[in-house]
Amino acid sequence: MILTAITLGFILEKVILVSIILGGSLGIAMYSTWAERKVAAVMQDRRGPNRAGPFGLFQPLADGLKLFMKEEIIPTLSNKFLFILGPSLAMLMACMTSAVIPWGPNIVHADGSVFTLQVADINIGILFIFGVVSLGVYGIMLGSWASNNKYSLLSGLRAAAQAVSYELAMGLSLIALVMMSGSLSMREIVEQQHGFWNNGYFTWNFFKQPLAFVIFIVCSFAELNRAPFDLSECESELVGGYHTEFSSMKLGFYLFAEYINMFITSIILSSLFFGGYNYPGMDWVALHVSPLFVSIIGVLVLLGKAVAFILFFMFIRWTLPRFRYDQLMDLGWKSLIPLALFNMLVTGAIILAFQK
Amino acid sequence: MNGANILFYLLAAMILGSGLLAVTTRQLFRAAIYLLFSLIGMAGMYFWLQYEFIAAVQVVVYVGGITVLIIFSIFLTQQAGEKMLVKKTGQQIFAAIAAFCGFALVMVQIVQNNFTATKNLSLSPSVTNIGNQMLGVDKGGYALPFEVVSILLLAALIGSIVIALRTPTQTS
Repeated sequence: MILTAITLGFILEKVILVSIILGGSLGIAMYSTWAERKVAAVMQDRRGPNRAGPFGLFQPLADGLKLFMKEEIIPTLSNKFLFILGPSLAMLMACMTSAVIPWGPNIVHADGSVFTLQVADINIGILFIFGVVSLGVYGIMLGSWASNNKYSLLSGLRAAAQAVSYELAMGLSLIALVMMSGSLSMREIVEQQHGFWNNGYFTWNFFKQPLAFVIFIVCSFAELNRAPFDLSECESELVGGYHTEFSSMKLGFYLFAEYINMFITSIILSSLFFGGYNYPGMDWVALHVSPLFVSIIGVLVLLGKAVAFILFFMFIRWTLPRFRYDQLMDLGWKSLIPLALFNMLVTGAIILAFQK
Repeated sequence: MNGANILFYLLAAMILGSGLLAVTTRQLFRAAIYLLFSLIGMAGMYFWLQYEFIAAVQVVVYVGGITVLIIFSIFLTQQAGEKMLVKKTGQQIFAAIAAFCGFALVMVQIVQNNFTATKNLSLSPSVTNIGNQMLGVDKGGYALPFEVVSILLLAALIGSIVIALRTPTQTS
């Protein structure tokens, strides 16, 4: 078994890496809430949070403290075990995806040992992400059912149907990408997009699979339950949706999980389609500066791309109105899935043509 | 007992424990949740065996797909929170017999074929091999069964659409 090969140093290395990734994504998620309000404020010609600290930068801390201090209410008729399991699962699933993401190029020490900036390089990374994403809806479903509230239940139904429908199109769009790269490992897919320009064409997958990217990003909006697909928490119809009955930090977990999911999804989008930690001129840096800098800049580039995607998610949220539910289903089943199948067919044909 | 063994027994306890709870609990929704944990344990077992692809497919299909549909249908049925009635004795006896027959079938297979530990795998469980085998038309390829199963699924798909499309016929 593989377990016998594990040494203390290996465990220590991974524990440190996991803590950094977890802490980092929590921090980014925290400031995403601040950024969301600022973006909303700019879009609506307001000032946004500006009381706590300079530019309102301490607002997330104040919010967190407020959520912790609030009274914890569990409805007497609710299913207590599932009521607690719901937000916990939402949070757990949000954090789990980060395990297979390659955060930067390998750092090779002087003595030849390699430090990988990735928790686990399993050879089915994409499938793992896909599996965890499909589990994400359980947090909402359990919480909404356990609340014993009609609005919550309706919201849970909507979330479940939406997640199942959009997962299909998401998977089909990824199949085209996997067919092209010939690997399910995240690191290998990112490595294939090395640099920016090679043999007279772009290396990033976005330029090879633009349709897959469009389908994937639309499906991520749906999987994240964000506007314009936030039908499971639309206030005008369902009060608070699945978190109507939740209070204090349980509510905080739900809201927070959404922002962590958004960050991780942005990282996945940039890894799969926009080259991950690759950037133009990385070979020049490796040759003229130092290989260590390639890794450091690589991590920063990946985070920069992720921030750009997070901002994109926010702009969309504050620009587009919410879909109606039948429109949502129509878009998923009648537009995205046929488009993804068509994309798959074209990709297959092109691969066959180039093989000969 | 090394780490691998401990992990195996933990996973087995998770699968069996939640499986038992799934069939003994009298609340439908909880049964579905216990089933969910049992299926996750199975995925863990595949990971333990280093069949990563099958493990991931187990999570995507059974945990993320089928159980969501089960819970979805429980949402739609009424009184899912109420305790279910205890079944009649006759039904209980037949259920026990059916379960025993299923168990016996599996056990006979395990006893008849003696599985020996080996270092050289006949075929490594990589995604490429699984794909080639699944769609292979040579000896040992599964192209025909694969297509037959897909026709069955297509028939089920069309059937469900027809049922969903049926408008109430007017009876005068």
